[in-house]
Amino acid sequence: MGQYLIRRLLTAIPTIIIISFIIFLILDMAPGDPTASLPMTIPQEVREQIRESLGLGQPFHIRYGKFMKQFFWSEPLNILEEMTGAQIGDPNRLRLRSWQTRSPVIDLITDRTPQTLWVVGLSYVIAVLLAIPLGTISAIRQYSIFDQLGTVFSIIGYSVPTFFTGLLLIIIFSVRLGWFPSYYDTTLVVHDWPSFVKQIKQMIMPVSVLALFQTAAISRYTRSAVLDNLKQDYVRTAYAKGFREHVVVVRHVLRNSLIPVITLIALGIPQIFAGAIITEQIFRVNGLGELLIRAIQGSDVPLVMTLTLIFAILIVFFNLIADIIYGILDPRIRYG
Amino acid sequence: MAVGTADPGGLQLQAETHRKQRTLWGDAWVQFRRHKLAMFGLIILVILVFGVVIGPLVWKIDPEYIDFAISNQAPSLAHPFGTDDLGRDLLARNLYGGRISLAVGVAAMTVSMLFGTLIGSMAGYFDHLDNLLMRFTDIMLALPQLPLLLVIITLFRDTLRDAFGPEMGIFLLVVFVIGILGWMPTARIVRGTVLSIKEKEFVEAAVNVGSRETRILSRHILPNVLSPVIVSSTLAVAAAILTESALSFLGLGFPPDVPTWGRLLFDGQNFLTYTPWVVIWPGMLISLTVLSINFIGDGLRDALDPRQRS
Repeated sequence: MGQYLIRRLLTAIPTIIIISFIIFLILDMAPGDPTASLPMTIPQEVREQIRESLGLGQPFHIRYGKFMKQFFWSEPLNILEEMTGAQIGDPNRLRLRSWQTRSPVIDLITDRTPQTLWVVGLSYVIAVLLAIPLGTISAIRQYSIFDQLGTVFSIIGYSVPTFFTGLLLIIIFSVRLGWFPSYYDTTLVVHDWPSFVKQIKQMIMPVSVLALFQTAAISRYTRSAVLDNLKQDYVRTAYAKGFREHVVVVRHVLRNSLIPVITLIALGIPQIFAGAIITEQIFRVNGLGELLIRAIQGSDVPLVMTLTLIFAILIVFFNLIADIIYGILDPRIRYG
Repeated sequence: MAVGTADPGGLQLQAETHRKQRTLWGDAWVQFRRHKLAMFGLIILVILVFGVVIGPLVWKIDPEYIDFAISNQAPSLAHPFGTDDLGRDLLARNLYGGRISLAVGVAAMTVSMLFGTLIGSMAGYFDHLDNLLMRFTDIMLALPQLPLLLVIITLFRDTLRDAFGPEMGIFLLVVFVIGILGWMPTARIVRGTVLSIKEKEFVEAAVNVGSRETRILSRHILPNVLSPVIVSSTLAVAAAILTESALSFLGLGFPPDVPTWGRLLFDGQNFLTYTPWVVIWPGMLISLTVLSINFIGDGLRDALDPRQRS
């Protein structure tokens, strides 16, 4: 296991480097010009100076190297400084700045992360809590009414796009019934009971849109994993020994079935961050997805680059986590 | 002599197969028809495809014709889907948009299937390429799909628009990018299938009679890879339609004058309060299309897998 872990870590590092290179290359090949949106009256030499000050005058490999150093070395140090208050190294260390707002990219990202984590994280937790019992019951009562309804529900769940369910919920619950606000107010501070209720109200719709989609996928997967295990010999033995059904299911079947499900859940976590882009756009949540859309529209290269690379690192990281969990939970797997 | 004795038997066998001819596809169709949801999906999809192909020929209102006198009308006989804020007929716009959405889905699927089958079969068949190609596939899988799609399309939109015109340029870009970011699952499936098939006796026999590698790959291995590829291609069409709609919904897909279903949703969301049908039609059409394709994919998976036959 230890050796496997090290080997797995060592392949993750070049993967991240290659991905960062690909993303940097794509952004660099782009024909867009950051000074294009500035007023026409700005003379050519000033434009050149602006481009120079944005660091665009240097050759590709130097800019790539500088970005990598900034992303993996300087910015983590900056975050550490802010968290501990202590000063580490050079006080005038370079900051990776957004071209649009001129503020450090990291500050923008840390501002937006809580909203995304709340809405997206909560929906994922709800989805997991709903999906596992749903999938298990579907599998135990295969071909029952419950199972068939569950099948239809989950196929609908991942066929109807979130941007349509979101709009439908807005039409029904905000426009017609007026129960919930149609947008998410991020300036709301929870300090007493009424503001807490307001917060819950504005979270219900975005959370349920995302949760519906995730529940559909995870419950399908749980169902097939449980079905695979129910056919195994050890289940028959357990029944033959006279255990009651819930003991067999919970203690034996579920324990084994959840191994691949947990892996799937771990693999899904980075997808949530990127997948929330659409939901955030519908309900006007100013989270990370909204930040990315803004950055793309304003051709804010440093911000786009940082966000995309963070998404990529999350994917690689959770792939690693999923592999490790699988190895720990399933003793049948021995890594050579 | 051996030939002589074998011949009558052979003839008899031929006569028998002539009586009840059973082909792989015939069997698959029989199996497919038993799958109720899949048949339901097929019927819906056929209606939808007919609608968007024939529809604009029958329903002759120009989707771009603006008439403020009839703006924001609810569905009526003259305009069965209602009209939008500029008084354009929504039935015409939805039919026309469906053509583009479906075309994007099929074209992007073709791109990703070609790439996926090519890379997957090469990785499965040639041992020395396997590691390299699969590492490449892993890296592609680790790329954040939606953010990258958005970035690439925004950055290269203008260049392609200048080169191929506004509609064709975006079409090519969207199709290419969705295809190029979507081939990895297919490549993995194809590789796995090829790996198991190339150990089979009939491949060994083909090697022994001296067939060239290209011939073994094209005549003996690829036909056997066809059924998983067909299943994943249906799912890829659905995924591509969803992705295109998502892009258009974010305002980063097709330009405003090209009414794809996603674009209609994007334009309509500001008018939800007064004219909700503006978003309900395209949303329902996207959902129905994706739903029916997913049902068909489910049915095909059962029908093309001989082990599932009862």
